[in-house]
Amino acid sequence: MSQTAASDDGDGAVDGAGPLLAMRHIDKSFSGIPALVDAHLDVGHHEVRALIGENGAGKSTMIKVLTGVYRRDGGEITFAGQPASFSSPSQAQRGGIATIFQEVNLVPHRSVAENISLGQEPKRFGLLNWSAMNARARQLLGRLEIDIDVTRPLRDYPIATQQMTAIARALSFDARLVIMDEPTSSLAEQEVQTLFTVIRRLKQDGVSIVFVSHRLDELYAVCDKITVMRDGRTVLDAAMSDVSRYQLVSTMLGRELTVSERELRHVAAVHTQGDSLLSVEQISNEPAVLDVSLDVRAGEVVGMAGLLGSGRSETARAIFGADPVGRGQVVMAGEAVRFGSPRDAIRKKIGFLSEDRKLEGIIPDMTVRENMTLALLPHLTRHGIVSTKAQQEIVERFIKRLGIKTAGPDQLIRELSGGNQQKVLLARWLCTNPELLILDEPTRGIDVGAKQEIQELVRELADEGLAVLLISSEIEEIITGADRVVVLRDGRDVARLRGEEITADALMAAMAEGSATVVAEPPAGGGDR
Amino acid sequence: MSTPTRDRGPGGTSTASLPTSAGSAEGREGGPRGRLGRRLDGLRQTSPWVLLQRYGALLALVVLLVYNAVATENFTLENFVNTPLRQAVPVAVVAIGMALVIGTGGIDLSVGSVMAIAAQVGVILLLAGVPALAAMALAVLVGGLCGAFNGALVSRFGIQPIIATLVLFIGGRGIAKVLSSLAQGKPSGALLNFRDGTFSFLGLSKMRFFTPGGGVFAIPVQVLLLAVVAVVVAFVVRRASFGRYLLATGGNEQASRLSGIAVGRVKVLAYVTCSGLAALTGLVMAGNNSASAPATLGLNMELDAIAAVAVAGTPLTGGRITIWGTVVGAVMLQLLRFTLISHGAPQQVAQMVQGLVIVAALCIQRPGRSR
Repeated sequence: MSQTAASDDGDGAVDGAGPLLAMRHIDKSFSGIPALVDAHLDVGHHEVRALIGENGAGKSTMIKVLTGVYRRDGGEITFAGQPASFSSPSQAQRGGIATIFQEVNLVPHRSVAENISLGQEPKRFGLLNWSAMNARARQLLGRLEIDIDVTRPLRDYPIATQQMTAIARALSFDARLVIMDEPTSSLAEQEVQTLFTVIRRLKQDGVSIVFVSHRLDELYAVCDKITVMRDGRTVLDAAMSDVSRYQLVSTMLGRELTVSERELRHVAAVHTQGDSLLSVEQISNEPAVLDVSLDVRAGEVVGMAGLLGSGRSETARAIFGADPVGRGQVVMAGEAVRFGSPRDAIRKKIGFLSEDRKLEGIIPDMTVRENMTLALLPHLTRHGIVSTKAQQEIVERFIKRLGIKTAGPDQLIRELSGGNQQKVLLARWLCTNPELLILDEPTRGIDVGAKQEIQELVRELADEGLAVLLISSEIEEIITGADRVVVLRDGRDVARLRGEEITADALMAAMAEGSATVVAEPPAGGGDR
Repeated sequence: MSTPTRDRGPGGTSTASLPTSAGSAEGREGGPRGRLGRRLDGLRQTSPWVLLQRYGALLALVVLLVYNAVATENFTLENFVNTPLRQAVPVAVVAIGMALVIGTGGIDLSVGSVMAIAAQVGVILLLAGVPALAAMALAVLVGGLCGAFNGALVSRFGIQPIIATLVLFIGGRGIAKVLSSLAQGKPSGALLNFRDGTFSFLGLSKMRFFTPGGGVFAIPVQVLLLAVVAVVVAFVVRRASFGRYLLATGGNEQASRLSGIAVGRVKVLAYVTCSGLAALTGLVMAGNNSASAPATLGLNMELDAIAAVAVAGTPLTGGRITIWGTVVGAVMLQLLRFTLISHGAPQQVAQMVQGLVIVAALCIQRPGRSR
């Protein structure tokens, strides 16, 4: 599957002939855990290079190694024919590599012109030369065909214009390579098109671009070449027009095209009978969630699949009341509900295991006991006082039932391994005796043993009548765990699969193209969501 | 757009997709011993450095007590209770409330001004003929309202606590001064003198207890008040669901919200309690002086209270507080001052030494050196 062919030709070229940027055999690990392993990234002259990969694939680490945020453990970087080793992003910028983040990191209350000249202001007699500064800003923005009042503060302009300012600033450093890290994630459709126009102009002017995005349409619309990373390695380096969407998705997720996982599949008594416990009708929370519908019955595991940024977690959060629901409605046990906060959802016997254990799950300074009973606390309280006895009983029961490895209920949760922390958080919901459990990446970042235990537990719980909505980036987990699957793409539900239809093939095809197929048209158009 | 699914480098805040090393806690058995046994066991396993971090203030207090017992003339237990301990009461009570707010990850700069407002309200009502107890209750209520205002700014409008409480820190002092003009024949900002048994009882009286040896031991009412407040609040923090919600909110607000905790309400309640205790303290000080001085009452109190909380080893990031530690911190700082002054050091020197002790405490508690 690995095609790192492009990295082998053109070595040895001194200048002009070789690629603009060549990162070869890059290694980087963090406290012993490898983040990059023999990774490659080449960017040619006049080239727009897509860089994609799932969470933790190593894209960001690669960019940070290049721009000097991290020091690499091994490998070589050649930029414009010279060995390059930047020790900070500002040094990289002076060297000709600029990075544009999705949240523009400029000074919002200073003028556009000041931001463009920040740190290299034109001076005359030791004073700021305002007219020169404004003229330069106009000239640089003119290269991007942007005509705005450069004396107004940056914050007066929409994000798209702020990004243009950042790009103009990059040009002022004579950047030869501009890295755009998910530049489109907060842009409206029309602004995306403007950005693409600018990208094409930059290319004509001889500036190369690394474009990070999760939206496949955009990649086909604007990129020439693509690098796919997975598990810290470069797994594909090809011309954009040579790879199909399907191939991209399967490479990103690391699946062979031919293998069928049906044999892996759990017997999965398909519970398709009975009424829905939860039914979600065309809910939206723009721009992440657009008219998503799904339903879950008691005793059933419904999988929610999709690529990074497809709106899976956002849909789950909207259902649970953690994020607002714009349009559409949620029906729980036949009754239309509107959850203003997670508290309301919990009262209706819904539980939600967040995908981010550290930021949204554990309370690190609290014990296993306190963490586990957090959602149940209202039921353990008499006259405002927590009943120690009832609490102890429940905690011990769940430690035993889930096989949580801990010195005892009074141990701080942060001292537990990831897998055991996750089990405590699962117990936090199970002890509330929920009817519906939403699990967002329940096995991410935990060891293999705990992973399997949690997967088996989910199945057991469903067999006992719990309704489960399971979100996972791992195709196997969806295939082996779910009775039915809803596939999301760019915020919309694009396919529904059940029983035998749930194959790696079908899932990846749906993630890549969706059933309401959008035709891939490489050069023009694009961006049609 | 919130992007919880955004790719994060492994050096960043989340290492979610990387295998976490297996648990450090596996296979350790607690053993069937009692709570105290386990606790002592825990202490033995803890490194001396961590012990110093956790009990440094207590250690300093003990050292100061021993030193005074040896080196200071006429330093008896009764002397300690009636002078440095009593002097520490206002700071300690306010610091207890401050600890609750800090536990949510916030801070309250308005306590000093709230003390002045409450004292003014109480005294004006008293002078207007309202019975003392009712005047006090209303004053505490007004203090609570100030807290509700702070809490609403923080939780409803999402204003940073340090700025939100700065509003009343500045404005509240003005309100307190203006209130003087409500008293008959007084200009705005004037000192209000009064005479009242109930107020004096709170601020000046002592309770006498007979010791087994036939002697008499006097404890100021203020000190008893501090003890009651500390016991009640410590119990609430440890055993009540509110205490759990409070620390959960400070420990991880997102996780708490997703677990169904009404984090906004919890924060408001913390600010209300803090201001309520500040109001009570304001009344005690008015009682102690038989006067309410709107310009000076409670001045700089917020800083002393924060210092006491910090010296107790409480991280200002929230989620972890100790009520007893806070009381110990307040008393220790006051005793330090008392010791220096009673040994002839000038006031300024005492202040400088206090500053040094706070710096030392914060250096010891610097994160990264523990665990």
